[in-house]
Amino acid sequence: MSAPAPTVAALARGLAEGAFSSVELTRAYLERIAAAQPSLNAFITVTGESALKAAAESDAARAAGRAGRLTGVPIGHKDIFCTEGVLTTCGSKMLGNFVSPYDATIVSGLRTAGTVMLGKLNMDEFAMGSSNETSHFGPVRNPWDTQKVPGGSSGGSAASVAARIVPAATATDTGGSIRQPAALCGVTGIKPTYGRCSRYGMIAFASSLDQAGLITVSAEDAALLLGPMSGFDPHDSTSVESPVPDYTTTLGDSLQGLTIGLVREFFDKGLDAACEQRIRDAIAVYEKLGAKVREVSCPNLPLSVPTYYVVAPAECSSNLARFDGVRFGHRCDSPKNLLDLYCRSRGEGFGAEVKRRIMTGTYVLSAGYYDAYYLKAQRVRQLISADFARAFKECDLLFGPTTPTPAFRIGAKCDDPITMYLNDIYTIGANLAGLPGMSIPCGFVDGLPIGLQIVGPHFSEARMLNVAHRYQQETDWHLKTPSAFA
Amino acid sequence: MSLTRADIENIARLARLELTEAEIPVYVDSLSKIFAFVGELDRAPTTGIDPMAHPMPELAQRLRADEVTETNRRDTFQQNAPKVEAGLYLVPKVIE
Repeated sequence: MSAPAPTVAALARGLAEGAFSSVELTRAYLERIAAAQPSLNAFITVTGESALKAAAESDAARAAGRAGRLTGVPIGHKDIFCTEGVLTTCGSKMLGNFVSPYDATIVSGLRTAGTVMLGKLNMDEFAMGSSNETSHFGPVRNPWDTQKVPGGSSGGSAASVAARIVPAATATDTGGSIRQPAALCGVTGIKPTYGRCSRYGMIAFASSLDQAGLITVSAEDAALLLGPMSGFDPHDSTSVESPVPDYTTTLGDSLQGLTIGLVREFFDKGLDAACEQRIRDAIAVYEKLGAKVREVSCPNLPLSVPTYYVVAPAECSSNLARFDGVRFGHRCDSPKNLLDLYCRSRGEGFGAEVKRRIMTGTYVLSAGYYDAYYLKAQRVRQLISADFARAFKECDLLFGPTTPTPAFRIGAKCDDPITMYLNDIYTIGANLAGLPGMSIPCGFVDGLPIGLQIVGPHFSEARMLNVAHRYQQETDWHLKTPSAFA
Repeated sequence: MSLTRADIENIARLARLELTEAEIPVYVDSLSKIFAFVGELDRAPTTGIDPMAHPMPELAQRLRADEVTETNRRDTFQQNAPKVEAGLYLVPKVIE
């Protein structure tokens, strides 16, 4: 078959109409994945055999009249999600041999909905990175320019959707890891409200910030896939007991009367002028659609990066204490004693950035420093959260850029952790406050895509998807495909 | 703020991480930069502000009934273990 249609919605229609079977579709994507792997390195594991088996089962289910709207649609999973019987590495040497004995809840939810898993996508090690350069399995490359980073940590998810080698991919966002790579690769990304999707089987980085979500071509595709990923899960004590709406039914709602807040602190001196122009152009489209625009201020937002680099490493140092070389994961050769086993297994199994964050977290939680760093950061987190709550009294959704610049060159920011951390300056606030956020493509600067960020109040996913969808009906930035992968 | 080699060695010991000789100066430098950067938080007035541990403070932590719900899957789990014998995880001798 010829190059598959770009969206999940179109593929689902094609399957329903019998234009092609899931086996044909899955085979076509597996061929595209194999062709792109040398240039993009987007996959860690391709599960071709089990994908074709699942595709055949979904074709049989359709023939028996048991098809749902996602039956037979192939997707990729970020390698942070546990998949039973399949290698689950989290981008780390530490888990280089880990075959998960169970499925993450969102993985089983999407399978029950009929999707077919194509494989496991590359990512920054333990989701710690903004460029996908910290992966033990090598960097992912940006399909718009393979000398540039795809962003991170969900770099494999974003690059593979952008190159149309998967129709859609799961991803996770702790400080911007869905929205930032979505912006840099010119695709749609959604990080739902904290607690909306179960974290069970999603390898933990910073548990008060981590949230599962999606990278897709369109907001409509995200609306189709988000439902089966969402909802209460008794296996995750922080998952929220709140009904899950059908996100597709409100996509076309009018934007008349919508009040958009432009966050003054998002348009600071660090924002590239050409990127700012693309964001302003996108806002003009919304005004044409009937939205009102006003400026709002979140004065503590500039402190979100230093706050995050206390809170996230603290939680990471606790979570990653489980990797001890005893029950699973990497173990060093011929340990002298138990302490040597712990220290060398961890020293060898973790990469440089993961060790940096574990040590940062260990320090801020250590005796004598807890109040000065950790409690202080938790108090500033409260201030940032209150800023958002105040802003949402004046507007329905907040708009701004997703990133300060387009994608940068591979290797450009590896030597200075602070410069790298500042990539997430506009995205981290939403994680600290548990808010849902999106990034949608809104134009190009020097041939590289730019993302418009939308942040909403808790559980406003339906409204955000509606607002993103209406923009995507007026513009076609989300349908642009890098020429090497067209 | 500036960390010393001894600070890094102490943090690594607490974190149970063995560092190579070459890694130590790299972390002295980068953690010093990180803590200088994090020092910006001192500017924020936080007197009387409660620390925020959970992003959804209005939602109470849920408890479950104290019932056995998991089945024993030891053999499956131990397929990922570096070293097992007779259903036990093997580690170097702890007590001489």
